[in-house]
Amino acid sequence: MQRLTVPLLRLLAPVAAVLFALFVSGLVLKASGNDPIEAFQLMWEFGTTEQSIASIIDRSVPLYLSGIAFAIAFKMGLFNIGVEGQYTIAAVMAAFVGASVNLPPVLHVGLILVVAMVTGMIWGAIPGVLKVTRGVSEVISTIMLNFIAVSLVSYLLANHFLDRADDTLNLQTEKIPESGWFPDLVKLGPNATVGGFVLVAVLVGAIYYVVIWRTRFGFDLRASGLNPLAARASGVSSNSMIVKGMMLSGAVAGLVGMSTLLGFSHNYGLDFATGLGFAGITVALLGRNNPIGIAIGALLLAFLDRSSQILDLEDIAKEIVVIMEGVIVLSVVIAYELVQRVIERQQRRLIGEDVPPPEPPETPAMEPVGAPA
Amino acid sequence: MKRQTLLLAGGLFFLLALVRWITDNPDLTSSGTFSTTLRLAVPIGLAALGGLYAERAGIVNIGLEGMMILGSWFGAWGAWQYGPWWGVAIGVAGGAAAGLLHATATVTFGVDHIISGVAIITLAGGITRYLSVEVYEGVQGGGATQSPRVEGVGTLDVPILAGGDLFGWSSPDVLGWIEDKSWLFISDLAGLLRGFTNNLSYLTLIALLLVPFTWWLLWRTVFGLRLRSSGENPTGADSLGVPVYRMRYAAVLISGGLAGLAGAFLAIEAAGIYRQGQTGGRGFIGLAAMIFGNWMPFGAAAGAGLFGFADALQLRDRPAVHALLLFVALAALLYAAVLLKQGKTRAAVVTAGLGVLVGAWYFTSDKVPPEFIQATPYVITLLVLCIASQRLRPPAYDGKPWRKGQVE
Repeated sequence: MQRLTVPLLRLLAPVAAVLFALFVSGLVLKASGNDPIEAFQLMWEFGTTEQSIASIIDRSVPLYLSGIAFAIAFKMGLFNIGVEGQYTIAAVMAAFVGASVNLPPVLHVGLILVVAMVTGMIWGAIPGVLKVTRGVSEVISTIMLNFIAVSLVSYLLANHFLDRADDTLNLQTEKIPESGWFPDLVKLGPNATVGGFVLVAVLVGAIYYVVIWRTRFGFDLRASGLNPLAARASGVSSNSMIVKGMMLSGAVAGLVGMSTLLGFSHNYGLDFATGLGFAGITVALLGRNNPIGIAIGALLLAFLDRSSQILDLEDIAKEIVVIMEGVIVLSVVIAYELVQRVIERQQRRLIGEDVPPPEPPETPAMEPVGAPA
Repeated sequence: MKRQTLLLAGGLFFLLALVRWITDNPDLTSSGTFSTTLRLAVPIGLAALGGLYAERAGIVNIGLEGMMILGSWFGAWGAWQYGPWWGVAIGVAGGAAAGLLHATATVTFGVDHIISGVAIITLAGGITRYLSVEVYEGVQGGGATQSPRVEGVGTLDVPILAGGDLFGWSSPDVLGWIEDKSWLFISDLAGLLRGFTNNLSYLTLIALLLVPFTWWLLWRTVFGLRLRSSGENPTGADSLGVPVYRMRYAAVLISGGLAGLAGAFLAIEAAGIYRQGQTGGRGFIGLAAMIFGNWMPFGAAAGAGLFGFADALQLRDRPAVHALLLFVALAALLYAAVLLKQGKTRAAVVTAGLGVLVGAWYFTSDKVPPEFIQATPYVITLLVLCIASQRLRPPAYDGKPWRKGQVE
């Protein structure tokens, strides 16, 4: 019984949060003179067309990678708010290198991906090193590095990476030759093609699962996240884990912009997608850092993003979905917290009733047994 | 300690004046530059004070940025509907509402402070974007991403010092007269003072007064002692009967209100209009200024002033920024000499090396790329954190989850 209710409760939390967000945004729509039921219906109808499904899958890829990048650092107790800067700088470097070389197809794509991952890794290592050597909080340093990345990217774009042959006024890098493009995966219908990068995302998700939950390294990483002191006592160097964790997180962050770069835009310009880093935090929180959960979160956000496009045609501000996302993320973390407390109380009651203690708690963040409420 | 700080500030200012004199670049210390500095520093400083209240009570507030966004939207909306002062009040209320949300999530529900802050930033962006489309689109002068133009709260020139009117008599502009003389140091000082007395917004005046007020409130009253004890040792404070939860709610509400005021200042005073993305990360810079100032009000204000100055020079006069390189080089060399005298040879060599590098940059180039100047506040913050992280002292229980009655 106990074993059944705990996962159920955990599942209930995100569902309740999404429903609550629907309710709140419905209220907002109603208050501003729109019909919420009609709006949601429109979104559902538009969001489930073939074209939309293809678009949703494509949109979910960078969100998923961004969520995984955040989750890797989070698993060891670090906040990598810097995914935003890491993927931006990685994308511009990859676009520049990709456009300036000519290689056979597979190698070309491979080189671009390696450049992106290495750049992301270096940018991600900085806050790790600063934390270990100088004790600088990674929250602050990653935020600062996000802004520094924006400046650096616009400097590089304006002065060194600019496509001089382009006679429009757009600031953008040269186009990557076709050998550096990523092929499409399937065609769901007319104008509904799914890019191939979704496979890379699936692969990254699988590696994430294996490395974090099935290897010694992953065990050390999680252990340092849960209890740095105990991890150190068992011989894990928390300093080196911090740097490695941030580097890994940064490397995955480097891939965030790649589905767009290799699949659609083929160059980096000032209109390149921004905000994916912050969206990734939302996605990771929704999915509780679980590879499947993050995928569901990414698909949900991509669905909201895509299906809201129809609202503008109906004279409803599509920005309502941004409110929805904000409410979802805030209510989901509160819901998880509440569920956690319910579980703790149950466990304490069981102990109090002198029933044989339940199996070792799944949740490491539990308070010492017997702590007063 | 206090006197040392003052001497240091005076010495650095003298160095700046010297550089102005050598490079013959009056804009480096003109009253216009300092006036712009002040205008740019106020929103950063208000956000920094906002962060200070929250963190002194133990709650990290990276949602400042979101609260500022709400402040700028609601401030402009209020000013548009009911006039500037109402706009200020409504902007403060908007920020405080987000503060209440942050307090509910972190204090009552024990949600991680960073996560709640990120959520609030997302939410604030969504609310303002949605409201802009719903409210401003189709209105004369407004649009999906901006409000109609709004009027400011008004400015004053201090009489005699900066040429303001005194009962209908237009008094002389003494500081302006001295400034025009280009005397070394004296004219520069006049420029600095005139920046604070000429064309001074009433809202700026309030913001300036809030700095000593915050110090007084937090370090000289019972309320402040209780608030700070909630951030240093909540269990101890609780055992002495301090209502920790209530103190934290109060602190985060004030924090949100100040961030809202910062946003309202941006929209109503600095720009005269709400624009999407107007805050441009100033909430985060505010947080940086607070850390720069070691979680103290005057330090935070100094940090805000420094960041505002870099911004102002870039806005007004690019060559002045280039001249600033010489200032940095000279300051680094002087600091290296001090370090050498203290026997810290290695640090002295590194600092001197940096100084020489910056100096070489000054002499071999004739401008600094504008992107580098944009990045200055963030680079300075990182440097300060790296150099001084041993000396910085955040509140002892800052950012950690705490529940009443928990076992330590």
